[in-house]
Order: sequence, then structure tokens, then C-alpha cells
Amino acid sequence: MENELLVKERQLVLPGDVMAKGIDFLPGNGCYRDGQEIKSKLLGLVRSKDRFLGVIPLSGVYNPRPGDGIIATVSDLQNTFWILNINAPYDAILQLSEGVEEFVDLHKTDITRYFDVGDVIYCKILNVTKAKSITLTMNDYRAKKLLGGMTLKVTPSKVPRLIGRQGSMIELIKKNTGCHIVVGQNGVVWLKGENVDKAIEVIRMIERDAHTSGLTDKVTKFLGAVPEKREELTEDLNENTDEFVEENTEGGELNE
Amino acid sequence: MSKAGAPEKLIIDGKRLDGRKLDEFRKIEADVGMLKSSQGSGSFAFGDTKAVAGAFGPRTMHPRRLQNPKKTVVRCKYFMAPYSTEDRIRPGHSRRGTEISKVITEAFTNVIFVEDFPKSVVDVFIEIVQASASTRCAGINAAAIALADAGVPMRNLVSSVAVGKVDDTIVLDVGKAEDNYGQVDFAVSTVGGSDNFVHMQMDGAVTREEFSEMLTLAVKGCKEVYDKQLEALRKKYTKEGN
Repeated sequence: MENELLVKERQLVLPGDVMAKGIDFLPGNGCYRDGQEIKSKLLGLVRSKDRFLGVIPLSGVYNPRPGDGIIATVSDLQNTFWILNINAPYDAILQLSEGVEEFVDLHKTDITRYFDVGDVIYCKILNVTKAKSITLTMNDYRAKKLLGGMTLKVTPSKVPRLIGRQGSMIELIKKNTGCHIVVGQNGVVWLKGENVDKAIEVIRMIERDAHTSGLTDKVTKFLGAVPEKREELTEDLNENTDEFVEENTEGGELNE
Repeated sequence: MSKAGAPEKLIIDGKRLDGRKLDEFRKIEADVGMLKSSQGSGSFAFGDTKAVAGAFGPRTMHPRRLQNPKKTVVRCKYFMAPYSTEDRIRPGHSRRGTEISKVITEAFTNVIFVEDFPKSVVDVFIEIVQASASTRCAGINAAAIALADAGVPMRNLVSSVAVGKVDDTIVLDVGKAEDNYGQVDFAVSTVGGSDNFVHMQMDGAVTREEFSEMLTLAVKGCKEVYDKQLEALRKKYTKEGN
């Protein structure tokens, strides 16, 4: 059997589209092997790395992975742990020992003094078991309670695009709107401060046009910002070839 | 076999009542993403038969006793709008709707990667906005588009078509008069335009030869439907830029 690659990088594929033939290619995220062929599971864009083929979805829910920096909402609490909604098909648990650094005497303290129902926190996923029981931790330098503000949901697979290379895109928005923004890898965005409306508008635009190229230019133009000269240009070129690369999504962005 | 009010002949000079050839579809229209509140949505129309579907999930399954610790549960619901037919239909669940929901659910359980999201549920709600025969086929086609739009991992799209026997002749895409007064109505669903079947329903009597002839025609029809579904999905994501 001939080994043959049938798709280009960043090409749009639909569920069932044949991406490659032959056993030399291997199915990565978003694809599966059907006999001699590698097919797509999702509607998305092709990304390949050596022999591995992958599909970056254009829609879909967040699939939690250990180490992800996420924004979670406390939905319930028990004696020693909190139950949080993490914008995934499953709820997550934050143990008291993972949530609070100091010693807590449970006879004397009500744990709502740390986190109460409705609180929004930035935390890290500690572990995801096969049975999809998810544990969170505040043991991370970025982890903190987010006070006030509002949250917004975007498609989780588009978060890398919203953050940009080394946070370039989100910095651009923050700088030009003066808004505090925190992006979680689960697709929850927290905003607070001035010009929230404008920031939301930009985020929605990025979400809508995430699969197109030249997005930085569009955002710069929309915000009426002065385009950064030389550096910005080379960065944008890199972005066009490498955007959506998951390895570059070092957590969310926390910067106030 | 003839019922009251039936036209004398359903096929005249090789043409059907609405002027179609024997293996010709009614006008097919497919659209993606018109429902903003669902995670994915699709619509599909065979002429006057119009179906709209919204897909949700995978999301947490409630009540929890219905969770499957190893798999995603698929729940498809088929409803007809009260105004979809000439006589008003009582809205909500019905004997017929429950049966169709069940076969559609089973068809999609075969193509969705149920192991990827254990303990969760994928919901698909199919609403028949206008009914004029082969509503379940239009519903399945719309649901497949909705699921792809929602980003649910699937092996392939499901395409469906109804073939029938009218005046002892095999026809593709059964119309309303043909459904009411014809001899056989045979709904077939295949995976991705191939000849792998996930759903077959038939009423009426056929010979072995007729059955295989109908099946061949149905596979050919499903391929055509599949192309339309792909076209609709591609169009949505290539509209702006790229």
C-alpha cells in the first residue's frame, strides 16, 4: 500500500474525510484509523507533525487535561472540598488542602471564608482520572480568586488564537482597552475594568475569524492601535504558519 | 390497494405527479448554524419537507442513574411541529415520534465516538417544521449536520433517503402522494455515502429482486445527500476569508 498524504496543512476537514493513506501515518488528536486510511473525527483544520496527523476542532466542548490553567466557578461545597463548574462535561473537585495553604481548623471555620458558591477562581487541573473525576489545585503561581468582573465563554479550541504567540494578542487587547482580562484554557474569559464592551466585541471577532489568517492586523485595525513596526510583522508571519499550535498555549494569561 | 381520494395513476409516461423522473430528488436544501442557542445546528429539506436539528453536548448526564461509566449516551428526539401537516398534530411525545426517536438514536450511536466522553450525554433535538413525506430522513440528515457543527467526534456523517414502490415502479425520494397512496416506503440511512447501513425501515411488500433494486437506488441517493451535507458544512467555514 502506498503511503500518501491527502490533505494540506490547515485545510478544512469534516468528520469522515480521508486525511492520509497507508500505515506510515499515525492518527493524533481528532482523527482515527480506519483500516489503511486515517480519517478525521471532527470538523476542523489539519495540523501535522512528522508522521502524526491531527485535527484542531473549530467547535466542541472542553476536554480537561492535567496542567491546564482554567477559570472555574464554585457551584457547591461540602465539609472539606468545593465542587466547581469548569465548562466541561464533568464537574471538578477542589480539596481544602489543595485550595488553602494555611492550616484550617474545621471545628472552628466555615470554609466559605475561602471560597463560596458563585466565586470565580483561576486554578490548575491537578489530575484527570479515566473515570473523569477531576481534581483542581491552587498550588500554582497564577492561581487566585477573581473578584468582581464578568465571565464570557469562547470556543475552547480557539483560546490559543485569542492569547496569540507569547500572549501577543491578549496583550494587544489589554493595552488598547485598559481592561483586565484573564483567559482560561477551558474557554472561560474573565473581564473587569473599563471598556469591557469593546473587549468583548474584539474577543467575539477573534472567535468568529479564528480560522482565517491576518487576524492580528484585523484586531489592530479594529482597536485603532498603532501597529508595532518590524517585530510585529515577523511575528505575524510566524503566526500564519504556526497558529493553533497547542504547545504554545502556556496556560492562560494572568496579568493585572 | 387503492384508498379513497387516490389519484388513478402516480406515474404517467415515466414521470411522477410532480414532474420528477423516477430517480430524481425534490429540491434539496441544507444549512448550518442557524440556531444560536444550540452548540450545533443544521437544517435539511427535501422539497416541502423541512427539518431543523439542534445538537448539545457532550454534557453532564442528568439524572445520574442514566450515566454510562464507559460511554457517551446519545439521545435523539424527533418532534413534529403542530403546524407541520394539514391536520394539526398534538405537540409533544407520540407513539410514532418515540419510535422514530429510538431508531435515529441507534443510528447515531453507531457513528459517534462514544468512548471519548464517558458519563456524558449528547442530545439532538429534531423538529419537523413542515412535513411532506420522508420526514425522518430529512431529520436524520439535519441531525448529522448539527452534530458535525457542534464538534461531536464522529466516524462520518449519516445520510438518509427514502425510496419507494409506486405503481409497481421503484422511485427515489418518496413524495407526499406517493407515500400516502404508494405500495412501499423504505427509509435507508448510510454512513458517509458508503454502503454501510445504520438504519432501515420499510412498510409494504416487495420481492427479493425489488428489494435489492431499491437498496441500490437508496445507496446512490444517500451518496447524493451526503455530498449536499458536506457542501453545506464547507460553505459555512469558507465564507469569510481562508
